[in-house]
Amino acid sequence: MCALAHVLEAAGIATVVLASMRPVAERMNAPRVLYCEFPLGRPLGVPDDAGFQRGVLTAAFELLNAPSGPVLVDYPEVVEADETPLACALPPRFDPDVAASVDEARGLRAAYDRSVVRRGTTEVGRSIDADGVAGALAELERLIAGEHWKEVYGPRLDTLAVSHDLRAYYQEAALELADGPSPGARQAEAWFFEQTEAGKTLAAARDALKDQGAPEGITFYMLPVGR
Amino acid sequence: MSSDQTMRDLMANLPVPEFDATPWAPPPPLAEATVAIVTSAGLHRVDQDPFAGRGDHSYRMFDREDRGLVLGHWSSNFDRSAFVLDHNVVYPIDRLEELAADGIIGSVAPRHVAFAGNQPDTVAEVRLDTGPAAAAELRADGVDVAILTPV
Repeated sequence: MCALAHVLEAAGIATVVLASMRPVAERMNAPRVLYCEFPLGRPLGVPDDAGFQRGVLTAAFELLNAPSGPVLVDYPEVVEADETPLACALPPRFDPDVAASVDEARGLRAAYDRSVVRRGTTEVGRSIDADGVAGALAELERLIAGEHWKEVYGPRLDTLAVSHDLRAYYQEAALELADGPSPGARQAEAWFFEQTEAGKTLAAARDALKDQGAPEGITFYMLPVGR
Repeated sequence: MSSDQTMRDLMANLPVPEFDATPWAPPPPLAEATVAIVTSAGLHRVDQDPFAGRGDHSYRMFDREDRGLVLGHWSSNFDRSAFVLDHNVVYPIDRLEELAADGIIGSVAPRHVAFAGNQPDTVAEVRLDTGPAAAAELRADGVDVAILTPV
């Protein structure tokens, strides 16, 4: 973002960066930086809180009054992530003839569909659509059972895209099902990896791929750092 | 340690491009400024090409009226739930509309821009090629202030 600020400013556009990484911003000498210590992925701080977001924008616009730069100011409010799993019930076991992850994913379909209708869009679709979720989980189960990834997928390994789609499918369903206040950052992630069969399957499949010597560029990014 | 702190520590010593000088575009009074959002979240309309996994230095422009954008950044290391709940937490377009209606900013730009933040350390293509191209398009739309939002 700071590099783009240099580019835009050189073209005559005054910029303010809402920076999320202070040491990086410090070294890049961008013209005007408001360092916002908010959860990564939430540069305006808090979803569904217009007042908070407006406060951030107001502070950013105030930097336009600086007579010269570079200017780097800390936004006074800090927002922390919340890594406790989202409170979201999972469907009961229904079909004992399929893997638990497949059964679970099918049970979440109605909630996912409601989210798509309400939002008019979905983040699922890099490799599979919602109809492909059960099949993608079944393929991951084959990796865990010991099949080599070239047998499961052929020459092209796109588990990075599959991982994104599975997480997106589950996240959209969970946000539709969860009651209560707006979830904190990483609560949906914690729920997925710590409480769902699909999350555990994805982690185990990643480990199986590593054991098979699959490209690190794929396996490293399949799960967030530290999971 | 929290996941965000882990990422911040990992990125703290990331090699970054060095700039000898800081360019400085004097803004007009805010109440007369045309304001655009430039994000590195990889946003795009459903009918636009998605961003590639890594090193995609292209950009997408979308209209002020567009909603239902896709969060196209590939990283698994930031919270993606907030954007599902409220696009304004990444792309504060509704806040800009309110600020324009209140007369605090002059106007909302007709088009806004997204890059994908996962770039090579030099950011060379964005600096020399696609960044200036996006800037020229914004200037042609009369933009004189940009708010930059990373994820």
